[in-house]
Amino acid sequence: MNIDKRILMSPAFLAQALSGKRLLEEEVPIPQKCFDVLRSTKQLIPTPAIENQKGSVKCIRCGNVALQYFSEYPCGVCQQNHKYCRNCIQMGRVSECKPLYTWGGAAVNWPRHSQPLTWTGNLTTAQRKAAAQLQEAVEEKIPAYLCWAVCGAGKTEMLFPPLTSALKRGYRIALASPRVDVIRELLPRMGQAFQGVSIEALYGGSEHRTGMAQLILATTHQLMRYHQAFDVLIIDEVDAFPYYLDKSLMYAAKQAVKKQSTTLYLTATPRKNFRLQMKLGKLPHVFVPLRYHGHLLPVPKFKLAFRLTNQLANQKLPNAFRQWLIHRQNPKRQLLLFVPKIAMIKELKGVITSLLMEVDAISAPDQLEAVYAADEEREVKINQFRQKELHVLITTTILERGVTFPSVDVAVLNAGHDVFNEAALVQIAGRAGRSADDPTGEVVFFHDGKTDAMEKARQMIVEMNARGRKI
Amino acid sequence: MNFCLYCHVQLERSLTWTNWLTVEDNDVLCSSCADKLERISGERCEVCSRAWSSALCLDCQQWRQLGENIERNYSIFYYNDTIREMISQWKFRGDYVLREIFRNDLKDTFEKEFAGNSSMAIVPIPLSESRMHERGFNQSLALAEMLDAPVKQVLGRKSDEKQAKKNREARLRRNNPFFITEPLKQAVLIIDDIYTTGTTVRQAAQQLKLHGCPAVYALTLARS
Ligand SMILES: [Zn+2]
Ligand SMILES: [Zn+2]
Ligand SMILES: [Zn+2]
Repeated sequence: MNIDKRILMSPAFLAQALSGKRLLEEEVPIPQKCFDVLRSTKQLIPTPAIENQKGSVKCIRCGNVALQYFSEYPCGVCQQNHKYCRNCIQMGRVSECKPLYTWGGAAVNWPRHSQPLTWTGNLTTAQRKAAAQLQEAVEEKIPAYLCWAVCGAGKTEMLFPPLTSALKRGYRIALASPRVDVIRELLPRMGQAFQGVSIEALYGGSEHRTGMAQLILATTHQLMRYHQAFDVLIIDEVDAFPYYLDKSLMYAAKQAVKKQSTTLYLTATPRKNFRLQMKLGKLPHVFVPLRYHGHLLPVPKFKLAFRLTNQLANQKLPNAFRQWLIHRQNPKRQLLLFVPKIAMIKELKGVITSLLMEVDAISAPDQLEAVYAADEEREVKINQFRQKELHVLITTTILERGVTFPSVDVAVLNAGHDVFNEAALVQIAGRAGRSADDPTGEVVFFHDGKTDAMEKARQMIVEMNARGRKI
Repeated sequence: MNFCLYCHVQLERSLTWTNWLTVEDNDVLCSSCADKLERISGERCEVCSRAWSSALCLDCQQWRQLGENIERNYSIFYYNDTIREMISQWKFRGDYVLREIFRNDLKDTFEKEFAGNSSMAIVPIPLSESRMHERGFNQSLALAEMLDAPVKQVLGRKSDEKQAKKNREARLRRNNPFFITEPLKQAVLIIDDIYTTGTTVRQAAQQLKLHGCPAVYALTLARS
């Protein structure tokens, strides 16, 4: 207990734990007395959390300015009404009543590691090229740099050179991803690759962590607790957010980096605004058009099935789908089947099972399962599929990203549906051919009318393959 | 444009001849969120509102043996996952505006179940000082203020420290955290968010009745 307290109060600890943060009083991980001292000595500086000027309101933590996400409560302590932000309330309420605190004490000198990288693997040619570009971006403090890497390019390894460079310079680094699974999976890999570096993973439910490591792995929301903290910020899957979250993420990312810093964006399917900026030459970028195993991306085939939407609504499966099932190139491959809506999963599971039995794709009904976002057994089923205990998995778009299976065929039933936008379709197609042992795989979009999204998705894949052939 | 207060989807409220009378039922939630709230229906314990097929549930029979001191608690909703999450975001995260989810149901129930007694005073359960500093508002008072009836804050709540110091005689009164700031000689309706074991309501009732209150009722959002 005593030792704990001494460490807690040591100036080095305080600077490391609090510099680069912007926190509510209850988030500051120190005893009350210590907090009071730091505040009175201006080492913790209060700033208003809600900016309220001439009828426009702004949450300083998340950048929210939409009135719909503000409300008021009558404060029982000050006896007046306070505005509060509903947009970021899951991270603790930000209101006019309580300020946010930033660090005003001694600066922290993060260690300069002479040989931080303890990973001994090799990069492929494509990876090496991109990694060199990213490294240069970090060294030259280029403010924004985008890495457009196909699904399965092996982006974690590509980050090792720029991270090494940053750690040699004594930089502080954050890697942010929208998905907590990615962060959890990255922590041991980064720990292995940089064994002498302090690394912490932050996500919802990890509030007990102080977030004082040199290398922070965090879900993107956690960036809201940082202010001018990082020399290098890496944002993974920058396109994976629903649009309304996009704005507060961009705000949080901007707030979290130092004035002189580098933000690296990683994506397989950049949004329009990014592509426009690239075209205009405003966003430096690099392509990684080849997968780590060196094979091209499977190009989706479009199969027209007349009145598909209608048929599915009546729980009938199109003949085109049946024919494809019978004539698959490699029936041993597992099958990942995407449908647009959860309701459809429940309706179609029965007929799909009987069709698959009929064409001998599965030998028993229990070789097929269905998953959706709110499914409590989601993890279990995904694992069963990974262990090949299941042969077929029906899913909504939740499996479009991140989850990798070595050897699958991918089919989309009603690829023309609104939920399948361009990025989603590219990601879905990217589930096939992930392993070096079976680098191909069929990707078929069943539709009853081609959409723009389908065309553009296929075009994006074809273009990437054209680039890949040149390497 | 209007948005669901809870899940933020845009509300589509097209008025038609069949729904124009009922469309205001819950005008802050989308239908998907509203449908997840379950009202207690059918037979219930006549004292505590638990779904129960005979007059008194086992808990209330026990309370009666110990000396019952509330007339009746009426709860509106089953304490399911949805309302648990809503109440937790409202109370613990401090999302004050979420009380609006319950305004209409609370008012309707007050009219239907208690308005016969117009001489009743509405009394909220008080919050301890440290909780007040954390949240900034008292959820029980926030509910009470939505009713068209005078709210009387006549209960106080001892802080934990004070409770530790208090003498033996007081401790014998079952560690009651409440005290009276102003005696009420009229019937009281206590308003709170959740009725779980019923202890809180009965501790408040005990203090009220010790100081001359003739009858104590309770109206709570959810029965867990
Ligand atoms: Zn906010
Ligand atoms: Zn809703
Ligand atoms: Zn009962």
